[in-house]
Amino acid sequence: MSATLATTPATAPPAEPPPRVVPTRRAGQWTAAGLVLVLLALGLVSVVRNEAFQWDVVAAYFTSASVLRGLGLTLWLTALVMVLGFALGTLLAVLRLSANPVLRAVSWGYVWFFRSTPILVQLLFWFNIGALYPQILGVNTVNLLGPVAVAVLGLTLHEAAYAAEVVRGGILSVDRGQIEAAESLGLGRRRRLSRIVLPQAMRAIVPPAGNMLIGTLKGTSIVSVIAVQDLLYSTQLVYHRTYEVIPLLLVATLWYVAVTSVLGIGQHYVERHYARGTAGAR
Amino acid sequence: MSSVTADPKPKVEIRGVHKNFGPLHVLRGIDLDVRAGEVTVVLGPSGSGKSTLLRTVNHLEKVDGGTVSVDGTLVGYRRSGNKLYELREREILKQRTRIGFVFQNFHLFPHLTVLENIVEAPVSALKRRRKDAEAAARQLLDRVGLADKAEAYPKQLSGGQQQRVAIARALALEPGLLLFDEPTSALDPELVGEVLDVIKDLAASGTTMIVVTHEIGFAREVADTVVFMDEGRIVEQGPPAEVLDAPRHERTRAFLSKVL
Ligand SMILES: Nc1ncnc2c1ncn2[C@@H]1O[C@H](COP(=O)(O)OP(=O)(O)O)[C@@H](O)[C@H]1O
Ligand SMILES: [Mg+2]
Repeated sequence: MSATLATTPATAPPAEPPPRVVPTRRAGQWTAAGLVLVLLALGLVSVVRNEAFQWDVVAAYFTSASVLRGLGLTLWLTALVMVLGFALGTLLAVLRLSANPVLRAVSWGYVWFFRSTPILVQLLFWFNIGALYPQILGVNTVNLLGPVAVAVLGLTLHEAAYAAEVVRGGILSVDRGQIEAAESLGLGRRRRLSRIVLPQAMRAIVPPAGNMLIGTLKGTSIVSVIAVQDLLYSTQLVYHRTYEVIPLLLVATLWYVAVTSVLGIGQHYVERHYARGTAGAR
Repeated sequence: MSSVTADPKPKVEIRGVHKNFGPLHVLRGIDLDVRAGEVTVVLGPSGSGKSTLLRTVNHLEKVDGGTVSVDGTLVGYRRSGNKLYELREREILKQRTRIGFVFQNFHLFPHLTVLENIVEAPVSALKRRRKDAEAAARQLLDRVGLADKAEAYPKQLSGGQQQRVAIARALALEPGLLLFDEPTSALDPELVGEVLDVIKDLAASGTTMIVVTHEIGFAREVADTVVFMDEGRIVEQGPPAEVLDAPRHERTRAFLSKVL
């Protein structure tokens, strides 16, 4: 064996060179890959060549002021809804895991309700709150919430229900022994959560949260029903005027793809951060 | 040495402790004293209640009957008349800072470096200044022979090294009592010695300890008292020369013949 080569005394006959490793030849794989690439290229060429897509119109509107304003709104709305939704969701998850049965039930009920009603209905409900409850605690509700505030409120409450389950799953993924170790060291409840449990839960939270972020980015387009000018609605406003439906939908689509791609790259780094200390990381 | 001391109060007093897990009666009336500066080794077959007993001493497990006192103070409860009131969590946590616990599976915090693992409790539970806590932590690491591993993450260390860090972490609170639950049972055989050496050092320095272990050689060398448990009861206890070399009870003999 090769192990003996190293210890072969100088007087031994010259050793033959160690054998070279040759991987299995995979002719089938190469053919399949080639075929798929050719098909992809043909598809791409047909899309680029097809006049009906009106790429000149796409280019003209891609960075137009109204589209960029819509993109800006979509981005900050997504960010705000994510942050507020996860803050509320974390609270709900902690309540759900608390020892107090009433708090547990309230948290469960919240998640049940907001997950089982369509977001469209929730948005329209908040939009029409003034008709349902003209006054709440002596405050006039009719013009209290503008469309943007309704969008933030409605999307956040909905997001929180899903975030609660993601965070709860993350917390439950942390080894019980970690909490016992922290307890036996005298760490308080808050400190255990913030310093020991949540950072470890993040490994299980980040991938589904990344999914939710992308879902929320596109999901914010639902606010067009209450006339909030997000990315999609701002392109719709143009094509309602010009009838260039397909190219303007392409404008919105390309922006969604671009932003989603950037977020995917960001997620990679976030995951790497929370994987620190685990085998194979760093 | 047990009968000679005139120590008025034992460090740990366990009186009539019972514990049930549902229908399972795991501790069936445990009485045990541990004097300050002494090492008590608890032996017994798996499932006999050793871990549960140890965990009642720092209130990780609530008792269903009986009392546990450390330094003359009830653990986890306050007595008023004939009633025991469970303490608030904050008070229990404070009691725990005076009792170090070392787990079979280390339970180091994997996302924190070795140094961060050790300074966490002094900084957040005892409100020490981080700088002071770090200096003390480095001394402790030196003491367990891991001075060069301060910046490593637990998973980068061997099992024996991880357990030594866990011991340093427990020591960082300067507890008057150390509890070890099978500290070497999760280790590869060649790593057992380095951990036992650290525990022996601590014993020699006069730390009061209760050690659950299957290492009979360690018990013989270090223990002042050996306790043999079976089915939730203490079957016999005494100096190692008695319990290990001349056991009076058949069950102790049967157990020893299996582990020796
Ligand atoms: N949290 C728990 N819930 C239910 N049963 C438990 C729990 N912890 C321990 N037990 C049971 O109690 C008995 C004693 O366990 P343990 O104290 O861990 O024994 P030992 O440490 O001597 O092996 C075992 O039968 C075990 O299955
Ligand atoms: Mg055990």
